[in-house]
Amino acid sequence: MSHLSEASAREYWRRNKALMFKLGLIWFAVSFGCGVLLVDVLNQIHVGGYKLGFWFAQQGSIYTFIALIFYYSHAMHKLDKEFNVEERD
Amino acid sequence: MDLAFTTYLVVGFTFAIYIGIAIWARAGSTKEFYIAGGGIHPIANGMATAADWMSAASFIGMAGLIAFMGYGGSVFLMGWTGGYVILAMLLAPYLRKYGKFTVPEFIGDRFYSDAARIVAVICLIICSVTYVIGQMKGIGVAFSRFLETDYATGLYTGMIIVFFYAVLGGMKGITYTQIAQYCVLILAYTIPAIFISLQLTGNPIPQLGLGSTLVGTDTFLLDKLDQTVQMLGFPEYTTQTRISTLNMFAFTASLMIGTAGLPHVIIRFFTVPKVKDARSSAGWALVFIAILYTTAPAVAGMARLNIMQTIEPSPGQYLEIDKRPDWFRNWEKTGLLAIEDKNGDGRIQYSADPESNELVTLDRDILVLANPEIAQLPNWVIALVAAGGLAAALSTAAGLLLAISSAISHDLLKSTFMPNISEKAELNASRGAMALAIAGAGYLGLHPPGFAAGTVALAFGLAASSLFPALMMGIFSTKVTREGAVAGMLAGIGITLFYVFQHKGIMFVADWRYLEDWGSNWFFGIEPNAFGVVGAMVNFAVAIAISQWTPAPPQRVRDLVEDIRVPVGSDVLHVDH
Repeated sequence: MSHLSEASAREYWRRNKALMFKLGLIWFAVSFGCGVLLVDVLNQIHVGGYKLGFWFAQQGSIYTFIALIFYYSHAMHKLDKEFNVEERD
Repeated sequence: MDLAFTTYLVVGFTFAIYIGIAIWARAGSTKEFYIAGGGIHPIANGMATAADWMSAASFIGMAGLIAFMGYGGSVFLMGWTGGYVILAMLLAPYLRKYGKFTVPEFIGDRFYSDAARIVAVICLIICSVTYVIGQMKGIGVAFSRFLETDYATGLYTGMIIVFFYAVLGGMKGITYTQIAQYCVLILAYTIPAIFISLQLTGNPIPQLGLGSTLVGTDTFLLDKLDQTVQMLGFPEYTTQTRISTLNMFAFTASLMIGTAGLPHVIIRFFTVPKVKDARSSAGWALVFIAILYTTAPAVAGMARLNIMQTIEPSPGQYLEIDKRPDWFRNWEKTGLLAIEDKNGDGRIQYSADPESNELVTLDRDILVLANPEIAQLPNWVIALVAAGGLAAALSTAAGLLLAISSAISHDLLKSTFMPNISEKAELNASRGAMALAIAGAGYLGLHPPGFAAGTVALAFGLAASSLFPALMMGIFSTKVTREGAVAGMLAGIGITLFYVFQHKGIMFVADWRYLEDWGSNWFFGIEPNAFGVVGAMVNFAVAIAISQWTPAPPQRVRDLVEDIRVPVGSDVLHVDH
């Protein structure tokens, strides 16, 4: 069982929050941005039979959400190792 | 084999599996009953979460909603998936680290107050009961339509099945049946979609088919759909907004944070072994959910086109009433589809104008259920859709019932009223609470309050405005106090209920509303179902303001918050209460 110093616990949490903020921006951009606020602009672009804004709202945002969670999970696993707070079996 | 017999065979086979699992996966301890022993693999938990999450509304209702709302239906697609990103980053890992059994338990400990815990139990029960009514109705309807039993018999059969695995196995039995139910429902959803996509576009992948050209033409499916609906006077499919951009924004946000705040979803993440499993498991859950959620818009668009082309095979040439297909006649019997030859020409005119429209009833739920019949798929596919709809409703009902019964037996009985109860007695109490919850849900399913249609969307608004902010502040702030949290939860759920009640009727009795149901007197034009995000903001604001004026949380609570933010470390600090 490892123990974090107060300073490194704070640093670990800060890095976690910075990562969440970065991924949160992408989360907002693909759904509320591309899917709602900018939908009319993006609909001018066609990809196959899809208007791009419509595609983001009904397909693209969902694929991006999956990528975001796995990226977060992967990056946090690395951070856990770096701070030696990974759970052991 | 005729359809009824095939359906009995397929549905009976799936039920036999669920009962077999119930007998195999009995719970021997409260840890097994509440969190399945805590050793579920993250991928298995992801699959169970997907079934837990996707209800009768996702399986039967959603594609129908999108088919008629077009682009406006995207709020459900983004809202019901985007919540998992919030859950994976902001809640699940820390609540898993905390490592207890229920959501109110965390709120009670973090806000060092039994009052906070009881308020959380009340919010949980309000959200989960609103949600479970829809599932019970779904079970009754699916039975009565496919197995030709009456509604009550169908409901009782469903209750007995749930009783078996939920009372015997608790979370353990529910987890393994949910995995089986996921397999049934995803096959039932994708197989007809693949066939229909092949028929219309020649592409077997529905997600690509929706963006492809129609077989034998250069016309894109979506362009054809846009033209066809506009010719009948409906708004263009791919750009049709739901009320306004602001309303779409608020609705999506409410569904997202409601998803993250729903207790029956959160407790699924208590069943995995580690914090890192809670993170990846949310990703797997969304993968399994996305298989259905990215197929649904294709089903929606294709089914809408199919129906319109059935009624108007070539421009201006409407279907003769005498020559209407069998599925048309079958669904007329259920009352969900009705025609009226207003101009007496023996043909069915379909139009956006209610004066001349002769397809007087076209229930949205038909689209998924009748899809295999419309596409002339074999009987076993139709039977599979029936089994899939039942799997979706049963799996969600069981998850909700566990959230309700564990709140009663663990949060109310064990921790608040009878703290000295033994482990064995608590296990029995949790089984009793589960049996009571099933009976209560069954009663509400038999006597559904008038508002049942809108209930599922409402449950999200309530979870968004009450539990989500309390959980998030509990993890992200060391400063929010018990007074702040209790006032915040009450204010959030209070204002959301108030807003819904004034437009839908007090306690949903339509006669008791004092403002119009639809369209006017809306706060910034936000519809009642989309109000959860406003309720959540009120919750945050009230909680933070009151925390400035009340004594800061004690040191042990601040240590607790620091502790749950790290997967391992200072966990000597676990709070006893």
